[in-house]
Amino acid sequence: MSSANTARTPFEPAMLFKAVFLAAIAILVLVPLLATVLGGFKSLGELRVNPFGLPRHWEWQNYADILFSGRYWQLLRNSLIISTLTVTMTLIVAAMAAFTFAHVKFFGSSMLLSYLTLGLLFPAATAVLPLFIKVRDLGLLDTYFGVALPQVAFSLAMSVLLLRRFFKDLPYELLEAALVDGCSYIKFFRYVTLPLSRPILATVGTITFVNSWNAYLLPLVMLNTDALYPWPLGIMVYQGEYSSEWHLILAFITLTILPTIILFLLAQKHIVAGLTAGAVKG
Amino acid sequence: MGVAETSLSSHAVRGPSWDGRFTVLILFLPPALLLFTLFVVLPIGEAAWYSAFNWNGFGRPTNWIGFDNYRFVLQTRAFWLALRNNGLIIAVSLAIQLPLALTLALMLAERFRGAVALRMLFFMPYILAEIATGLIFSFVYDGDYGLVASIWRAFGAEPPHLLASTSTSMLAVLIVIVWKYFGFHMMLFIAALQSLDKSLVEAARIDGATRSQTLRHVVIPLLYPTIRLSVFFAIIGSLQLFDLVMPLTRGGPADSSNTMVSFLYNNGISRMRVGYGSAIGVILFVICVTFAFTYKRWFMRNE
Repeated sequence: MSSANTARTPFEPAMLFKAVFLAAIAILVLVPLLATVLGGFKSLGELRVNPFGLPRHWEWQNYADILFSGRYWQLLRNSLIISTLTVTMTLIVAAMAAFTFAHVKFFGSSMLLSYLTLGLLFPAATAVLPLFIKVRDLGLLDTYFGVALPQVAFSLAMSVLLLRRFFKDLPYELLEAALVDGCSYIKFFRYVTLPLSRPILATVGTITFVNSWNAYLLPLVMLNTDALYPWPLGIMVYQGEYSSEWHLILAFITLTILPTIILFLLAQKHIVAGLTAGAVKG
Repeated sequence: MGVAETSLSSHAVRGPSWDGRFTVLILFLPPALLLFTLFVVLPIGEAAWYSAFNWNGFGRPTNWIGFDNYRFVLQTRAFWLALRNNGLIIAVSLAIQLPLALTLALMLAERFRGAVALRMLFFMPYILAEIATGLIFSFVYDGDYGLVASIWRAFGAEPPHLLASTSTSMLAVLIVIVWKYFGFHMMLFIAALQSLDKSLVEAARIDGATRSQTLRHVVIPLLYPTIRLSVFFAIIGSLQLFDLVMPLTRGGPADSSNTMVSFLYNNGISRMRVGYGSAIGVILFVICVTFAFTYKRWFMRNE
């Protein structure tokens, strides 16, 4: 916690233990990931005798075949469409609701807010069969919206809570001044609240995006056509087809987790802040 | 004059502002309430309704069988196995994952070269998709090509097929769970440690408390709220675990590694037994909600 502690002592056995312990955990985390990336560069025969080390012959072909097939890009495109729909709708709908809860006092306001936060208490899986029937009856089965709309509904609880808290913490004088100048609530929302709330919108957007990008159960239940599959479904199909050609599967896994890792490196702050702070305040 | 002026200006403020608020109320709130009601709340109610029928999802449910679906669920051995497995996940989360996460957080909350990089590295498994993690580990555990097999062979032993045996499949899943989620709990603790009141720690040190005494009597007690939160997430997370199990074992072999949700998927959804599956869903819902309310009441009263 305090930086003074570290510099003070010249050597402690505790420090050695700490270094060894951290290194061991780091290795346990890294080895499966590195073996996956490197495995994609090996031939199946080499994978069997040398799963850990660097490839003796770098087989770029495994990766190239996937990158030049339409399949990989179609999966990413589907995932991107579903996630973008989910994030956009979540941000709009949740920000509007959060704004109302933050600035309009009305009878039943706190009751409605606790109604929404009920969504935090149970997983989507509990009602997935009736949800399937509802989506089917609405004619949304096998469409992007059939996946995106339920995802929006399930991400509302957390999003509204996070946004409302942020909106409330914005200086109240801003709203008063705007109202005196004849600005309407809706204009205030559009031109003052939203621009000032970029950090929290980015955080909420990132959490929603990661959840939707990684989601498996809802698309599995709602989609039947291969051409609409997002990547988690597609990679399971791929694994089924190439059941023990691990070198190809590992290359495919590497390419599909690559966007997540790039996003993580670019937006670490938002992701860590969102996923932990979001959790704490939920 | 003065009176007229004030009443005019107060009208200018109050009049439009109330109208504005009313517009906000009727325009801004309904989309969220509608979506939430339609896709979250109604399906739960419908699950309770459907669970009283023997229904395959086509046409309307007509074959009323009362509580029979619940009886069938409770008579299924796989249900109790799934419940036991969820219990095991919670036990491992509490006995292994939580102490590990706390220890790492205490180490990495201090500032030293590489601390931030290590935090990020340990957090990385958490942001990977469950499906990708499951597939990576089905390679790690693979009896022919996997990492575990190659270690076994290096010692001249016959490699085990961990995921294909009823006695080891759940153990293999538990290891992946710890691998994937410890970083999230670690980050929770680091966030809490960084917002701790450092003067309390310093006061303890000035009063002559040793490092471990400070830890045990000052730091850990200050972390109790975060520990309770971490336990809460571990339990809720266990109750909804599904994506990770599918690529590893699909709940098998012989239901030995099912969780509640994979049991629901394998027995209700994939066979379109809507009534039976809804009954499982309702049981899971009751477990989640009962747990959440009692836990909040007993352990998180002040938060």
